[in-house]
Amino acid sequence: MQSTLLNKMVKGLSLAVATSAVSLSAMAADVAPAVVYSDAGKFDKSFSEAVWNNGVKRFMDETGIEVKEAEPTNLAQVEQYLKRLAKRGNSPIVAVGFSQANAVSAAAQAYPDAQFTLIDMVVPEANVQNVVFKEHEGSFLVGVLAAMKSESNVVGFVGGMDIPLISRFGCGYEQGAKYQNADVKVLANMTGSTPAAFGNPSKGAELTRTQMEGGADVIFAAAGGTGNGVYQAAADAGKYAIGVDSNQNHLHPGVMLTSMVKRVGEATYQSYKAAQNGTWAPGVQVMGLAEGGVDWALDEHNRPLVTAQMEARVNDVKAKIIAGEIVVHDYMSDNTCNY
Amino acid sequence: MNEVTTLSDMWLTLLLTLDATVRLSTPLILAAMAGLFSERSGVVDIGLEGKMLAACFASATIAHFTGSPWLALGGAILASLSLSIIHGFATITHKGDQIVSGVALNILVSGLTIILGLTWFRQGGQTPALTGDGRIMSIDLPGAELLNSIPFLGPLYKELISGHNILVYVAFALVPLVWWVLYRTRFGLRLRAVGENPNAVDTAGISVVSLRYRAVMIGGVLCGIAGTYIAIAHNAQFTRDMTAGAGYIALAALIFGKWRPLTVFMACLLFGFLQAFSMRIEGVDLPVVGAIPVQVIEAVPYLLTVILLAGFIGKAIAPKAIGKPYVKER
Repeated sequence: MQSTLLNKMVKGLSLAVATSAVSLSAMAADVAPAVVYSDAGKFDKSFSEAVWNNGVKRFMDETGIEVKEAEPTNLAQVEQYLKRLAKRGNSPIVAVGFSQANAVSAAAQAYPDAQFTLIDMVVPEANVQNVVFKEHEGSFLVGVLAAMKSESNVVGFVGGMDIPLISRFGCGYEQGAKYQNADVKVLANMTGSTPAAFGNPSKGAELTRTQMEGGADVIFAAAGGTGNGVYQAAADAGKYAIGVDSNQNHLHPGVMLTSMVKRVGEATYQSYKAAQNGTWAPGVQVMGLAEGGVDWALDEHNRPLVTAQMEARVNDVKAKIIAGEIVVHDYMSDNTCNY
Repeated sequence: MNEVTTLSDMWLTLLLTLDATVRLSTPLILAAMAGLFSERSGVVDIGLEGKMLAACFASATIAHFTGSPWLALGGAILASLSLSIIHGFATITHKGDQIVSGVALNILVSGLTIILGLTWFRQGGQTPALTGDGRIMSIDLPGAELLNSIPFLGPLYKELISGHNILVYVAFALVPLVWWVLYRTRFGLRLRAVGENPNAVDTAGISVVSLRYRAVMIGGVLCGIAGTYIAIAHNAQFTRDMTAGAGYIALAALIFGKWRPLTVFMACLLFGFLQAFSMRIEGVDLPVVGAIPVQVIEAVPYLLTVILLAGFIGKAIAPKAIGKPYVKER
């Protein structure tokens, strides 16, 4: 009780200070940021982990402000966590993943004074900032690289749940591969039609084996935890795989050709920072290659696999997309992959 | 020449599909045989899923820390066995409801593995990925490469029979063994009797309680092997709820196969084949109908089960005393 009162006093004080625009530290006391990770867990080696590493941790290290974290173990807990954090005066609250959309919508209505940042999905509420990514642009880049690396001219894609968002990855990947080499064949599979499809490594491995039997030698997974099975199967067979969301190159050095990185951590960081500076605004933010929202990953783990020629080519294509010379078709714009 | 190539291509595709069938059926066979022992003795075992999941977690954890897949197998069997003893204690000794006890175990394990995984490894409920030594690797049978040049039979040997891990061979060898135990040994006769008419068994001076405990414990051991296969042979780490319903499919196979080892085995192979087949037709443009959506493909095994159970395989009659705790008449 007392702390809330104190909080309000500090809030009032800092507002007063903010208007006269001085000391950052006084303003810093104003934000009480929070995050609700996806139900895949904080250390999922993918989405949530990127939010933690490049967003939450970075913000805490730089500002010394504590970010309240919630790790739901199933979707039913998400709304409770969001509401509890809002009730305790936390703001902005970052919600990680499209599956939290309904919960965010409910929590935003219940707590109109709190600020919510929803990553990867759009809900039309007045106090929600929606950050979405141009996954098709990043996937296009890794598709170009896959087609260059493939010796069989067959590349594969394993998606998680069969939803338009995941098809957007697959469609961008296909366009990139075909852009590089029109003769390349793209095999695509979805793991399932329920959220469980993001956590079924056995099926991911079997789908990968099937694609490799069909000749695929580079496989891109956009499938959450199912991807672990995909990478393992590629590693067992001595083929290449492409990671997703966060930089997964370290998982299997020599196997991971690259990763299609979504800078969810950056988005989280920006959201906190904006709130701290008083520039946080609701609405939709679309982060593509130009905004640094998506990218391909090149580090010491995949350096030996990527030749200078490949690197130059991918960066050239990247520049062309940013310049608007290449327009990547977005699956979600018309729910088809006709480009 | 061209025709021969296409024919051998089709043969290879078929073999690879059957190869995947073998990999996918293995946990089903092990779990279904576990359920068979338990249910033939009169104890419903809906906790197959939970026991396998516990074994998955135990084996992946032990393999990570010790690097030995055999210690992992032992630990997984112990974990699964202790759960089956709890199930026995609740339902045999204390005559509790068998479904309730089984479901409780499933829920307990699903939550417990995630909590333990989160606290021990901090990787979202996963265990760290295993490398080489910690896993149970595939073995190439002698002469696989040599015989591969023989048309048809060579690829059959290389792709289908060779190149699996030891647990796969164990699962397939288990089926005739279970049959033999059930129908050709004294223990098997008594086991079947106790599931049909425990009163008669009791009257003959044989302990119903001890027979049922033994049956449930055998089930525990087999589920332990099944979980080890899923976690450290087929995969290389534990991920949350990774059994993905295999325990329930095994139960369906048990009913489908009318609680008899050979027919249950066939049912497991059928379900495995459907999974393997569905992966191959997904996204492929078929004549007339075009590409089949993943949702339809996912529903096929269940539809087929319903259709076959409704009309084609006839009535599946459960052991008579199944689900009923044995109470001595006073």
